[in-house]
Amino acid sequence: MAEAAIELIGINKSFGAVRANRDINLEIAPGTIHGIIGENGAGKSTLMSILYGFYQADSGEIRVGGKPITIKTPNDAIAVGIGMVHQHFMLVENFTVLENVILGAESEALLKKSIVKARSELQRLEREYGLEVDPDAVIEELPVGLQQRVEILKALYRGAEILILDEPTGVLTPPEADHLFRILKQLKEQGKTIVLITHKLREIMAITDTVSVMRQGTMVATRETAKTTVGELAELMVGRRVLLRVEKGEAKPGAIKLSVKNLTVRDSRGVTMVNDVSFDIRGGEIVGIAGVAGNGQSELIEAISGIRRAVSGSVMLDGKPIDVIGIADPGELRDRGLAHVPEDRHHVGLVLAFEENENSILGYHDDPKYLNGPLLNIDAIRNDARDKIEKYDIRPGDCRLKTANFSGGNQQKIVLAREMEQDPGVLIVGQPTRGVDVGAIEFIHKRLIAMRDQGKAVLLVSVELDEIRSLSDRILVMFDGRVVGERGSDATEGELGLLMAGVERKEAAE
Amino acid sequence: MDVLVQLIDATIRVSVPLLLACLAGLYSERAGIFDIGLEGKMLAGAFAGASAAAVTGSAWVGLGAAILTAVCFALVHGFASITHRGNQIVSGVAINFIAAGSTIILGQAWFKQGGRTPSLSGGGRFEAITLPGAEAVKDVPILGTIYSDILSGHSLLVYVAFLMVPFTWWVLFRTRFGLRLRAVGENPAAVDTAGISVAWLRYRAVICTGILTGIAGAYLSVAQNAGFVKDMTAGKGFIALAALIFAKWKPVPAMFACLLFGFLEAASIRFQGMAWPMIGKVPVQLMQALPYILTVILLAGFIGKAIPPRAGGVPYVKER
Repeated sequence: MAEAAIELIGINKSFGAVRANRDINLEIAPGTIHGIIGENGAGKSTLMSILYGFYQADSGEIRVGGKPITIKTPNDAIAVGIGMVHQHFMLVENFTVLENVILGAESEALLKKSIVKARSELQRLEREYGLEVDPDAVIEELPVGLQQRVEILKALYRGAEILILDEPTGVLTPPEADHLFRILKQLKEQGKTIVLITHKLREIMAITDTVSVMRQGTMVATRETAKTTVGELAELMVGRRVLLRVEKGEAKPGAIKLSVKNLTVRDSRGVTMVNDVSFDIRGGEIVGIAGVAGNGQSELIEAISGIRRAVSGSVMLDGKPIDVIGIADPGELRDRGLAHVPEDRHHVGLVLAFEENENSILGYHDDPKYLNGPLLNIDAIRNDARDKIEKYDIRPGDCRLKTANFSGGNQQKIVLAREMEQDPGVLIVGQPTRGVDVGAIEFIHKRLIAMRDQGKAVLLVSVELDEIRSLSDRILVMFDGRVVGERGSDATEGELGLLMAGVERKEAAE
Repeated sequence: MDVLVQLIDATIRVSVPLLLACLAGLYSERAGIFDIGLEGKMLAGAFAGASAAAVTGSAWVGLGAAILTAVCFALVHGFASITHRGNQIVSGVAINFIAAGSTIILGQAWFKQGGRTPSLSGGGRFEAITLPGAEAVKDVPILGTIYSDILSGHSLLVYVAFLMVPFTWWVLFRTRFGLRLRAVGENPAAVDTAGISVAWLRYRAVICTGILTGIAGAYLSVAQNAGFVKDMTAGKGFIALAALIFAKWKPVPAMFACLLFGFLEAASIRFQGMAWPMIGKVPVQLMQALPYILTVILLAGFIGKAIPPRAGGVPYVKER
């Protein structure tokens, strides 16, 4: 076998008392796609940051192409041919593609020659790998998929032979992700070595040759992808058996809790995003809305939960109308038993700079049980937060910690705990498991099923088709602002996929 | 005609310290370091310049001392906000107070003239330069007047200030340093991952700020006036910041913004106590307040959306 492209021997790294990486050994064969999988906080990103010179290991050795090297700064990593595509793109948003590509790799003090050189180099890369992008486009005007391509181009322009991608699909739509995978396969064929960090098992199975699993800072196993299964990997990641398919009993639908009639919603540009949508949700059932992102699901739940004005139509909650046209007061809706877990927990669901206990009551802060006359009852709030932390297994279990310091999955649990513990009659949930790892997904799914079994009405919006299929009792498919079909929980992926692509639109309209 | 020429001439003189301070702020803020300490650095520069010029009798030594002092103040701001990731506004305010207090105390201790520095004369000041041929073309209508009465007859620093505008543009948009400077003000993480030191880049930016505020200070005390008077910057550093926002952090618009403020100030001086047709006599105070009133009005929405450098005011911390 050829010399390993990268070899890590005995890598250790601690941040204060937290041991992010313990005694990591890893060998990556050249010309392969090597997946590194693990839950959020397992130490994957730290390990790759060490490899890229962003941090330095406390101890251990790195070998590239068989030679031991020290990587102290990203410059050292770039010099030995390591390039990195970060989870949050390292791009200057108001620069052009070209400016971003040359930043840090300008050959001399004046820019002119660097720009000319980069332009022809980009054309060459475009020919070789099919990485098309307009060099003069401004980054912030490009869709996310193209921005990511610029990141890849940046690395290739610097002569990267080894490309590390940190959670590359987290921000991509499914078609964009597929496109990315095609690019990665092509890069592999050209002899590049690719390291793919992810917590999505499906991606690992789809594209990698070899996969290494990390758990709590240690490397627990390395497998040939062809010889392992999703079940085995999930078990290795979490350290116990994981139910990938939710177990649930028959739904026992009760009275209609939420009734949407002829709802039409436009976005800020005046484009009709939700077009004449009607449906009912009964207590004791989960209704899932499937659809490719951007087909009106977001606007639909925003309108129902009082964040966005509707143009026409009506919504009844427990038989009484919600003023969706004049904009309902979300606070009042909460009092009436409608809870909302927003799709975007960072911008809508949480104040990241707040302590955990503050976020755990946000929106319910005028509930008398959290108040002491006109003042907040801090003790009651913190005790309440501690209860939720225990019940939802939020980690780390410190209610005084700043919310930004929790991992994505735990932040999601904070939001879910807040909304579910208010015991709402209707729960609207957007992307409940986006950016959440396997163990937490299982937990969140169980809680949603438990809500249903208590007779609550749950409206679930998710771009993860698997999630919709395993949780929902009824599935509505949205395409281009309309509900183009309704199916039972036994609908196949192919059937839903066609509806989501708008193929059966005509039949559905008739 | 004479009034107009005088007004334009005065506008240029008054605009110069604004322009230098504004460009100084541009370097810093484009690199992501907010600097409300322009005022203090200018004041410290003015005092150091006038003191050194008074002692040595050389305007050039004065200029050097002004630049050195302002750079030191800028490095203090850099140390607080880059190395120690302190709050940039607090650091800037502190610098303003230190400069306002220390210039008076040191001035009184050294020269015993109530905080003033001794009056400069001869080689202690930057004198007006007459451009070649200015006398000869003086009588040519319009063009001659523009050349000899408006363009000619300023001190060296005036020309330096205006030449700094294209120079700054060139640095920002045509050099590697400029590209990196703009990048670090927008997304320092991108700069860091590209293998460039964020701290060193930002330090270089605040040094540029120091140099330019030093020149601005020297202009006030060694060129426009003949010595240092307490609080002689009189809020120019803040007006320069307002101009920087109008100009949306771009060098050429910055020049026009500074000229506009300079014009208003020059006009308020020129037309003091004058009776206007229909209105009558306008109180001096109103005229003096005009530039500031305009600042508020313009900032309140007449300039469109001014988007500051995205990483402005935020210390860079490597994420985990």
